[in-house]
Amino acid sequence: MDKIDKKIYDVVIIGAGPAGLAAGSYAGRARLDTLIIEKEKDGGQIVITAEIENYPGSIEHETGPSLVERMANQAKHFGAEKVYDTIVDVELEGDVKRLVGKNGEYLAKTVIIATGASPKPIGCKGEKELIGKGVSYCATCDGAFFEDFEIFVVGGGDSAVEEAMYLTKFGRKVTIIHRRDELRAAKSIQEKAFANPKMAFMWDTVVEELKGDGVLESMVVKNVKTGELKEIVADEEDGTFGVFVFIGFDPQSALFEGKVEMERGYILTDDDMKTNIPGVFAAGDIRKKSLRQVVTAAADGAIAAVQAGHYIENM
Amino acid sequence: MLEVTKETFEAEVLGAEGYVFVDFYGDGCVPCAALMPFVHEMADKYGDKLKFTSLNTTKARRLAIGQKVLGLPVMAIYKNGEKVEEVVKEDATKENIENMIKKYI
Repeated sequence: MDKIDKKIYDVVIIGAGPAGLAAGSYAGRARLDTLIIEKEKDGGQIVITAEIENYPGSIEHETGPSLVERMANQAKHFGAEKVYDTIVDVELEGDVKRLVGKNGEYLAKTVIIATGASPKPIGCKGEKELIGKGVSYCATCDGAFFEDFEIFVVGGGDSAVEEAMYLTKFGRKVTIIHRRDELRAAKSIQEKAFANPKMAFMWDTVVEELKGDGVLESMVVKNVKTGELKEIVADEEDGTFGVFVFIGFDPQSALFEGKVEMERGYILTDDDMKTNIPGVFAAGDIRKKSLRQVVTAAADGAIAAVQAGHYIENM
Repeated sequence: MLEVTKETFEAEVLGAEGYVFVDFYGDGCVPCAALMPFVHEMADKYGDKLKFTSLNTTKARRLAIGQKVLGLPVMAIYKNGEKVEEVVKEDATKENIENMIKKYI
């Protein structure tokens, strides 16, 4: 298709998580021709969480999906278009940026990279084979399978503790396995966790290996202080148990390697969300930053959109 | 596309002739809901060559576990009562799902 005939958007946003959706709202509202490209589902990481209580202004019993639905509707209301496609290649230099998707090609004056992050796996032996067979990174998707079974949650931050508490609705016992001797989670969350009779804690422990024939049947854990190894085997009657992993996220930036400045996979930007490439911005968890939350992602999106507008004015 | 239940799974999937596609999903599984429209598209496109079914595992937990499904989403192909192939979770991309379907039509 001839480049001259194709529509050139003012702003193309890669990713429809909170960063991308906020950018879409701000760009659309500024009457910029805006397109959001999403590869899988709106909302990114937070749609798999059952409750969000710390997003400023979130309503009571706010869920990830309910918040995202409002953000998506808002972006649509302000005129941002959205398409579902997976971007496989990008050309970010020059006045017209080119994004190659599986279903089409997109041209834009500015690009906002808001591709976010994906759950970090433990990285231990046997983990990959047992995903969906006892190992999960999504409590809302898979908690129900482990009703009345034992559940283990790996991690010690807010996500791990919150998801562990959500999982007490299903498991008869939920044990947090954390490599340190104290949780990183916010104090208020910790208090609730310690007070929950279904919760147990394995401190100074990491998972070394996950084992099972077709389903998770046992795991080997290690005490990081003593080096002692211990095998935990599924209850004979249950036959299996759940291991939910919440130890952080890996940035989804492989597509941009060598094309924008990054550090350990996170895209480097200034306070205005500008990358080292003119007309290319980054927003949300993909950026190098100190706090990765819905609220900071949304803020980044808004800033990036406004900056994209300024850039276009000055072209 | 046929919605099967724990009552009808045996007859409609395990006991069926030829290959059967099963979309294992659940209430509150957002990634599953996101894929559903695409699966329906696949059913429209290939439904004359492959039997398409879906199972809500929230209402059929033991059945799902018995089929070694303990995580969602799972898209599977069955033949003669056996699961011959499946794509699970992150691997259940639109591309992988369609490529898997094409193998059995």
